[in-house]
Amino acid sequence: MSEYSFGNPEIIEIETDILLIGGGMAACGAAFEARRWAPDAKITLVDKAALDRSGAVAMGLSAINTYLGPDRDPKDYCRMVSADLMGITRDDLVYDVGRHVDDSVHLFEEWGLPVWKDKGSEGVALKDGGKPVRSGKWQIMINGEGYKTIVAEAAKKALGIENIIERCFIVKLLLDTNEPNRIAGAVGFSVREHKLYVFKANAILNCCGGAVNLFRPRSTGEGNGRTWYPVWNAGSTYAMAAEVGAELTMMENRFVPARFKDGYGPVGAWFLLFKSQALNAFGENYVIKNADMLAAFAPYDKAAVVPTCLRNHAMLKEMKEGRGPIFMDTPTAMKKLAETMTPAEIKHLEAEAWEDFLDMCIGQAGVWAGMNIRPEQNMSELMPTEPYLLGSHSGCCGIWVSGPEDLNSPAEWKWGYNRMTTVQGLFTAGDGVGASGHKFSSGSHAEGRIAGKNMVRFVRDHAGYKPSLKGDIKAIAEEIYKPVRNYLEHKDKTTAEDVNPFYILPRLLQQRLQKLMDEYVAGTSTYYQTNKIMLETGLHLLTMLKEDSQKMRAKDLHELMRAWENYHRIVAAEAHLRHIYFREETRYPGFYYRADHPDLNEAEWKCFVNSRIDPATGEWKCFKRAHVDIVEKHYGGQAH
Amino acid sequence: MPTFVHTEKCDGCKGGSVTACMYICPNNLMKLDTNRMKAFNQEPDQCWECQCCVKACPQQAIEVRAYQDFVPMGGAVIPMRTDSAIMWTIKFRDGEVKRFKFPVRTTPVGSIDPYGGKPAPGDLDSNLLFTETGKTLPTI
Repeated sequence: MSEYSFGNPEIIEIETDILLIGGGMAACGAAFEARRWAPDAKITLVDKAALDRSGAVAMGLSAINTYLGPDRDPKDYCRMVSADLMGITRDDLVYDVGRHVDDSVHLFEEWGLPVWKDKGSEGVALKDGGKPVRSGKWQIMINGEGYKTIVAEAAKKALGIENIIERCFIVKLLLDTNEPNRIAGAVGFSVREHKLYVFKANAILNCCGGAVNLFRPRSTGEGNGRTWYPVWNAGSTYAMAAEVGAELTMMENRFVPARFKDGYGPVGAWFLLFKSQALNAFGENYVIKNADMLAAFAPYDKAAVVPTCLRNHAMLKEMKEGRGPIFMDTPTAMKKLAETMTPAEIKHLEAEAWEDFLDMCIGQAGVWAGMNIRPEQNMSELMPTEPYLLGSHSGCCGIWVSGPEDLNSPAEWKWGYNRMTTVQGLFTAGDGVGASGHKFSSGSHAEGRIAGKNMVRFVRDHAGYKPSLKGDIKAIAEEIYKPVRNYLEHKDKTTAEDVNPFYILPRLLQQRLQKLMDEYVAGTSTYYQTNKIMLETGLHLLTMLKEDSQKMRAKDLHELMRAWENYHRIVAAEAHLRHIYFREETRYPGFYYRADHPDLNEAEWKCFVNSRIDPATGEWKCFKRAHVDIVEKHYGGQAH
Repeated sequence: MPTFVHTEKCDGCKGGSVTACMYICPNNLMKLDTNRMKAFNQEPDQCWECQCCVKACPQQAIEVRAYQDFVPMGGAVIPMRTDSAIMWTIKFRDGEVKRFKFPVRTTPVGSIDPYGGKPAPGDLDSNLLFTETGKTLPTI
């Protein structure tokens, strides 16, 4: 029998050269790359879940959204990413992903990921010139149900399963006692056993995905878990980095995907592969119809592909003015495609349409089945969702990192090791890296590899470093298990333990956060609008919520995980709020509106908004950093 | 749209301390009731409907039921997965059944040799990943 019990865990101390926090595409890429460069180093990966099915690709994917192939220039990739994100991205980071990403995709195919090929090149690998089925300029189609299991197998084999700790939730990074602004370790707990893990490391990769469920979702009741991005992405990446003083960037940016209503099913293949149109209730194409309105956001409205937020902006106009619902006209698209097809080809087309959901958003197939929706017969409703924070999809919030040394970028973009944050030894990748969206699964893996290699360099260059953790481990353990203490101390004071004035349930704390973010920080209930006073009110409520987070309870280890996830959500939400407050313009209409500053303001705000918490005082500071284009941009044939 | 477990099919993975569904759930939802030796979803409204547990269950004891708060009853989406392919059965509310089969992997599970046949790592100080050894990277 173990002497350890709930709230009285065994403390396990592990020293490692490199610590990888997270288990998604970026972490798997880092494991694969770092081990090759450092066969004798100790490299430890810690995953909150099980590596085979963790992260945003857990369910699978029906496409790889970033694959350049031999005919595309990484400079054009920079142009696309910049335009979609309204002009403010780091060309150095984006270019770097663009020049490495294909290598990761070639590995996926070699490892066993089925990639669709054009007629005439079936069976020919991409790396040997096989032509992929493109659903868009940068996207290729795959049979990706098992995508993550394949990528995880390679990472496990590379690292050795003895170096992987699953079901361990890292909740805090720790600085060094002796060296200022130097990462030294991390601490977390097993969500299954009474074990507290304390890691000492020379270099740490913090890559735990984006932030989901900060805002009240459109779903109700049982549907709360059916978020668009994975429900387990709790903003841990941003919160843990912020709390040790890492500089954040573009945390005002968010992603509001317009997706099939209620199931969040993907629309990309419908638009790009099946050439379907989205229409208002009266059959009008709202992007074309509202082109004049979008011109207020020039030059970005003239991008080769209209930026995602501007398409939302046009959709919201229709909804606000009573011309909803918005429909994806799947029957017309399928009818048009079928005109030149044999019956067997039409049946294959139908299977492709369903596979798009079944590979990556099974819930949408369930919604269609329950509602008797058949895409060849019935149109389906689209809806813009609640906001999400992420850095790898059509969003670019995250951590400010050093970029590659060999590109023509400003000195302040390459002060250290590639993908290192402003904290010495702390790296990030995937959703963690800000100002460089559109990496998606493949780019996140490639970026993890870039970070992995650079962590090995860092460790080589700091071989004599001995981590000395700042803070007393016993006190930190007490802080981590505070929700358990709260529960054990007070649970018997009322006859029903869920209603108790001495503590707050993590679930209810989360709902309080979601309600205030929705009502004051541009959620769905205000049609994504906010202003200075609303934000000040929101911050006031958020501050009290953060105080009350000290009173969360945890009746078991599972609820302790929820408590810490929600603490991370609060910190990520505060960053988001403060950045929106600081940026006095509307840069991303359709994602959010500063109603008191409704216009794009290129003269004053074509810059990065960065922020930092002073770890000594806990104070936030937001500030501007200059933006430059190192790849020339063109809009409607004009240089910009 | 949470998972549920058929009582008569679940065997608690024959007394193992961690069932297949517990092992795999990305959100730590599946739990073993050690009195009954049956698994259950401990937090249904946090289920992402990824069906990872459904696919992993050796007894095919787990299914997903649509959200009752906004999806009409009667539909179902049921996977049956092998190491190389997945078969989906879609039952519509009106009774129609569709079936689709897709590949999931072109190589045997466990066959990946991550560094086999790959170049030895080159210069740690260059910007090349180890598989890119010998290449010239484009720059701007």
